[in-house]
Amino acid sequence: MKADVRPRTHDKSRFTPHLFPPPQAGEGKGGGLRLAGAAEYVVIPALALAAALAVFGIFVALFGKDPAALYLYMYQGAFGTWFSWQNTLSRAAPLILTALCTALPAQLGLVIIGGEGAFLVGALAATSAALALPAAPPFLVQLAMALAGMAAGGAWIAFSGALQHYRGVNETISSLLLVYIALAVLNQLVEGPMRDPSSLNKPSSHEIGAANMIGTIPGLDVHWGLAFGIIAAVLAYILIFQTVFGFAARVAGGNVRAAKVVGLGVGRLILIACFLAGAAAGLAGMFEVAAVQGRANANLAAGYGFTGILVSFLARHNPLAIIPVAVLLGGINASGGLLQRRLGLPDASVLVLQGMIFISVLASETLYGRFAIFRRGG
Amino acid sequence: MADVGWWVVPVAVLGGALRVSTPFLFVSLGECITERSGRINLGLEGILVMGAMCAYGTSYLTGSPWLGVLAAGAAGALLGLVHATICGLPRVNDIAVGIALMLFGTGLAFYLGKPLIEPSAKILPAINFGWWSDVPQVRAALQINVLFLIGVALAPVLVWALATTRWGMILRTVGESADAARAMGYSVNGVRARATMLGGFLGGIGGSFLSLYYPGSWNEGLSSGQGITAVALVIFARWNPMLCFWASLLFGGAAALGPALQSIGVNQGYYLFNAAPYILTLLIMIITCSPQRTLIGAPAELSITR
Repeated sequence: MKADVRPRTHDKSRFTPHLFPPPQAGEGKGGGLRLAGAAEYVVIPALALAAALAVFGIFVALFGKDPAALYLYMYQGAFGTWFSWQNTLSRAAPLILTALCTALPAQLGLVIIGGEGAFLVGALAATSAALALPAAPPFLVQLAMALAGMAAGGAWIAFSGALQHYRGVNETISSLLLVYIALAVLNQLVEGPMRDPSSLNKPSSHEIGAANMIGTIPGLDVHWGLAFGIIAAVLAYILIFQTVFGFAARVAGGNVRAAKVVGLGVGRLILIACFLAGAAAGLAGMFEVAAVQGRANANLAAGYGFTGILVSFLARHNPLAIIPVAVLLGGINASGGLLQRRLGLPDASVLVLQGMIFISVLASETLYGRFAIFRRGG
Repeated sequence: MADVGWWVVPVAVLGGALRVSTPFLFVSLGECITERSGRINLGLEGILVMGAMCAYGTSYLTGSPWLGVLAAGAAGALLGLVHATICGLPRVNDIAVGIALMLFGTGLAFYLGKPLIEPSAKILPAINFGWWSDVPQVRAALQINVLFLIGVALAPVLVWALATTRWGMILRTVGESADAARAMGYSVNGVRARATMLGGFLGGIGGSFLSLYYPGSWNEGLSSGQGITAVALVIFARWNPMLCFWASLLFGGAAALGPALQSIGVNQGYYLFNAAPYILTLLIMIITCSPQRTLIGAPAELSITR
């Protein structure tokens, strides 16, 4: 009759304050105050990013590399030329979609980190759809691939959400376990039933066919995934901030008991949000197959799902902010090759920098509401 | 089919359980300590990889695998300190910091470990408990590493220490009620920092086993999720170090299933059998968790069970 039978909720508002910025002094009042509050959400992450870059500079200096050259090559590799811009944008496209996989459930207070798993099963399902329709016109094949990828990815993450809601299984751990399971399924299928016998060194599925490949956006050497990523992010923003569903989700994320009192079906909210989240990552996997790889193999597990977690946290789970942040992180990824060639840094240096940015951004959570400058005005 | 019989499989699974369970054991004991203080460190996955790299590097440079084990522990404790320092700041969430540490630790290990993929380092010794048998499979199964024995001894010691020592009581007080601990004059953040560092130390040692005994080399695919599985294992073991030991054996056995079947020529479903620990973890969590109540034995301050 005591502690052990406490009602179990997923009310995380008490211990995940960073997921939901508490209502700021001026929210919903004067425009000036709101602007000052918004500035806080730009300035503090920017400071955190700068701090991480500075620490990374010191880190490479310890290995005898010139930090000034590091920053120069990073800029050149990411945004220095038209070519590097296109490289950056190509990498940003999947990141927008995988970031949504963390950002949408975050509105409900769920910490989903399994975007990589949804990405992989989405890619697998999309490949299977294409291989199942050998004679269909390309448009139909691509549509089937997108639907299959989104359905598979959505189901993958919705499963995590359902386990959280109906069985009380921690969604962070379950979604990460599902990444490893998805990876095993991918390896099993491309080495077994789906294997193209002519792929000797790198077991792969059959190719989806050149006719079915998705091309690039006119005038850019960037595939259509970028456009769909931006559309998805805008739709997610509208869903969260302009619709009753989004309002209900944010209420449930802030206080699950209050949500139940006003009669919100929390389980339904969780399932829908998680399905949409996984669908976004699954769509990213579909584009990786249909616009980049052309077949399913172990190359698909390139870590877009994991970087997406960082993008979502850096954007404070705001779908519109995800777009520029994904471009930024895409730029960092894109510059990795140049750092390898010019400075002789290992390819993992991008991972180190990402880790530093992640830690720095989380540590900066403690700064919100501490600066008077963001409270004045209006 | 090979000329050996099916009976080899249970023997190989048992031997694999004794071998493969060691990282699970150390990481889960470490995480157990951290979680009993009311904080969860998901970064143990990164700590495990970092520990594996440091152990291998140190053993390669000094020629002493035991120095490698110590270096792995130190690296783990250091990363634990990073986790604890950031979580000690107000309004910072421990789960998120753990995710960040997971990515950071893995990245850092890959960065620093790049030159270590080629060279071979001196690995840890094993004691041969299978001398009485003529069957090579039994002998192989009973090659038991000293680290495993240390882990086995550590589990009951931790049970005793948590239950009866002053240190254990302070740790549990902080984990059950931070307010009560504060009222008694203990620093909640300080105790949690020490618990996280100790957890990181053990997690790092778990990693050293991977690179210095089984599989016994350093590469970037060395750990794939053992750390996070071990975190889930602590929940399954109800935050009890002795149960952590039995759960580690179970998970080790599950992880050994794939290689054991492969050894008798069953190659079908190899990858799926390798995913057995993750599937097992998920199933166990589905069966044992409940949405209606907090888990029995859960530290009251722990965020994932509240």
